[in-house]
Amino acid sequence: MTALLDIDQLLDTLESGLRQILQARGVDDPVLIGIRTGGVWLADVLGKRLGIAQPFGELDISFYRDDFSRIGLNPRVMPSSLPFDTEGRDIILIDDVIMSGRTIRAAMNEIFDYGRPASIILATLIDMGARELPIQPDVVGRALLTLEAHQRVKLRGPEPLRIEVQESGQ
Amino acid sequence: MTASANWNEGGLKLTGGQLFEPGKGLISNPGLLVRNGRIEAVGEQAQAAESAATLDAAGQVIAPGFIDLCCNLREPGNGQKGNIASETRAAAHGGFATVCASPETSPVNDSGAVTNLILDSVASRGVVRVLPIGAITRGLDGDMLSDMAGLKAAGCVAVGNGSRGVRNARILRRCMAYAQTFGLTVMFSPENTALAADGYAHDGQVTTRLGLLGIPEVAETAAVMEMLLLAEETGVRLHLSQLSCARSVEMLAQARDRGVKVTADVAMHQLAFTESALAGFDSRFHVRPPLRGEADRQALVAGVRDGVIDAIVSQHQPHDSAAKQAPLPATEPGLSSIESVLSLGLELVQNHELELPDLLRALTAGPAAVLGREVALTAGAAADLCLFDPDGHWQPSAATLLSAGRHAPVLERALPGEVKLTLVAGRTAWQAPGTPL
Amino acid sequence: MTANDPSPNHLQLTRDGQLRHFLTLDGLGQPLLTDILDTADSFIEVGERSIKKVPLLRGRTVVNLFFESSTRTRSTFELAAKRLSADVLNLDISTSATSKGESLSDTLLNLEAMASDMFVVRHSQSGAPHFIAESVTPGVAIINAGDGRHAHPTQAMLDMLTIRQHKGRFEGLKVAIVGDVLHSRVARSQIRALNVLGAEEVRVIAPGTLLPRDVEDLGCTVEYDMARGMKDLDVVIMLRLQKERMEGALLPSEREFYRLYGLNQEKLGLAKPDCIVMHPGPINRGVEIESAVADGPQSVILNQVTNGIAIRMAVMSMAMGGQMAERQQRQQEQQEGRA
Repeated sequence: MTALLDIDQLLDTLESGLRQILQARGVDDPVLIGIRTGGVWLADVLGKRLGIAQPFGELDISFYRDDFSRIGLNPRVMPSSLPFDTEGRDIILIDDVIMSGRTIRAAMNEIFDYGRPASIILATLIDMGARELPIQPDVVGRALLTLEAHQRVKLRGPEPLRIEVQESGQ
Repeated sequence: MTASANWNEGGLKLTGGQLFEPGKGLISNPGLLVRNGRIEAVGEQAQAAESAATLDAAGQVIAPGFIDLCCNLREPGNGQKGNIASETRAAAHGGFATVCASPETSPVNDSGAVTNLILDSVASRGVVRVLPIGAITRGLDGDMLSDMAGLKAAGCVAVGNGSRGVRNARILRRCMAYAQTFGLTVMFSPENTALAADGYAHDGQVTTRLGLLGIPEVAETAAVMEMLLLAEETGVRLHLSQLSCARSVEMLAQARDRGVKVTADVAMHQLAFTESALAGFDSRFHVRPPLRGEADRQALVAGVRDGVIDAIVSQHQPHDSAAKQAPLPATEPGLSSIESVLSLGLELVQNHELELPDLLRALTAGPAAVLGREVALTAGAAADLCLFDPDGHWQPSAATLLSAGRHAPVLERALPGEVKLTLVAGRTAWQAPGTPL
Repeated sequence: MTANDPSPNHLQLTRDGQLRHFLTLDGLGQPLLTDILDTADSFIEVGERSIKKVPLLRGRTVVNLFFESSTRTRSTFELAAKRLSADVLNLDISTSATSKGESLSDTLLNLEAMASDMFVVRHSQSGAPHFIAESVTPGVAIINAGDGRHAHPTQAMLDMLTIRQHKGRFEGLKVAIVGDVLHSRVARSQIRALNVLGAEEVRVIAPGTLLPRDVEDLGCTVEYDMARGMKDLDVVIMLRLQKERMEGALLPSEREFYRLYGLNQEKLGLAKPDCIVMHPGPINRGVEIESAVADGPQSVILNQVTNGIAIRMAVMSMAMGGQMAERQQRQQEQQEGRA
């Protein structure tokens, strides 16, 4: 079961939403940070669409996850890479899917260990609801997507970017 | 001991099974009658005799009670590692009717007074025969001669150096010459102290990988050669204790061929294990001499098979748990082994490395001859017997071991060979639960 | 536990193959060693941030148990633990005070009772960390910080990280380890790591008195002559020589050792031009290595120090993760058992 959602349409929504909020807040020199792996692909695409020259950052939140004591360390952890100084910057934080909000909490903790940003705008491609923390995205491509209990949504990429809905267990 | 344990007037008859008669091997047993501490009759005569009790030994082996040339009873001592009561019970459980007590006690058995102390304690609390070995030097320090005439008079059957090396060849030579004066056999653990240095494991693959301090074979073979030459020169009767190297067996055979009065033993664990037992830092297998390579193990087994090595010993060294609960280099050497000797030997028989008669000879007639004694299952002989079921199994554990030392070589699996009954001078020293008597 | 199992994996790995203790490299395969190196790479990046700390071990207690003093190693473990946000307790326990096993066990049980989650153990006796992991406090993650002559796995792994940074790979590399291999726990762990990671050749270069018996069985070739041994090398690792080696008739003099086995410009010139020079430290200049080489362009000795912190963070977080995941599993099983 694939191509349930049209990726280009979602990206368009995300882009225009971001343009609006940047304008409303008067942010003219934002930097992009994508959460690995889906968020990184999106940061790449949106950076180009928004015409942001500054190379985007990549965040691997493995060292900040709150489930370390239950499942141990992610064996495929990769170094985070922020090729700019975050101190005083306006950051657009991007992830593919938001659900519980725990990933975003970990990501924001990690960002603050690099310095104190001026602001963070959160953009996610898909919002699945089911929040466990008081964290809400500023911009979404598709809000409150509801799936069957056995289904999972997954961003595939980087070329071409597409959204898959998988039956769990696959 | 229960009152019924002494087969005096009524007598005990063992019927069926096989007899191990040194010199003849295994023969079927029509009957063997024990009365008043002796074997009263064997064969048809025994079969026909009346007795108060009869034990059907079908499927079992009746052998002369085993003789251990090297056992540590830890008495005198502080009692933490065992004592004469606990360790002679363990010996009986292992099928041994006689054990030679190592001089390495605290204090060292280097005078008639200590020997008397040991024998007094054995008389009141021991369940097997105990033959003390005297220390060949005072305090086993390797410097001054011990009072050998006094030791002999008090009952020591030989003099030796325990598990300690002798640093000085001149003193070694004088020890031999002095012992020879009294016709005492000298029992030496051959180890060149300088070459063994601080080592505690075989200098080989495992020590190289684990970074343990090695004892090279030459620490033993150099000492064996030196001792053989000195024994040849002094004419003393030399017994080499606990060989561990293939080359030692070779030199022993050559020396015998040229007429040197020399005998030797090997510890059962040297026949059953190799250096690889230490691979997981298992401190139980910290033994001295160390467990060596597979080629050495095979040569030692061949030495027993061919009769070049006269006896298999337990080299029983019970310890309190703290002595083994430490990083391997800090632990004390030795296994709590006397209860497992027969079983490990039967595994060698199962693996076709030894024949059962070879094993039993090395536990009975072999060590007896080293002590200048004979054993036989004939009328008139002392009723020192071991009755075991070669097909029965038992699992060594804190619940089954009688020794104060719980560091038996095998703990996690069942072993073949269950000793059903050990008689010492006709008294029951060990009787397996459920033996119908 | 089986007495004859040569690999200690029953001890140091969880049922699903995660680290729970880090005692030795024996038994660990290429994927796990590569995971350690990759994870360490991520921690190197953490060390470049303004706040060089991650919250992985927040609320956990790490005890540095140094039965043999080593300020350098202890400091890097301490820093590593602190960068993982753990609480750190440093105990320097002289071996003389706890030379008996009983008091070692007692000391450790007391520390365990203080809710310690990890012991970093340095001990002069080979196998001490095994003993602790197996018999004393199996529920506490044990990291071997060097035991006797046996192993120094974190040192070997930081050396591997350094080699990978400079060479990008292990395949095809020719590596020599020079000097006192006999007494070296570092060399044993390095030889193992290089073999597992796929180095083409590991050579040990030393006089016969400083080589363990059958050293080839560890997976290396032996060369007595340094000039021959330097040929075609990609990496040369110099080992530290203790002064007391002259006393036991292992070597005649430092001078002769330096002349035969010391690394100078001339000998280094015999290796490949891009051969890197490593030393686990502390360096005896003029005994193992000439100053011009130690401080020269081919020396990567200071990289080794930086990498030490990252490797220790990697190993500590992986072992703690495995240990905690297992604890969780045990609790779950207990609950299910009750239900």
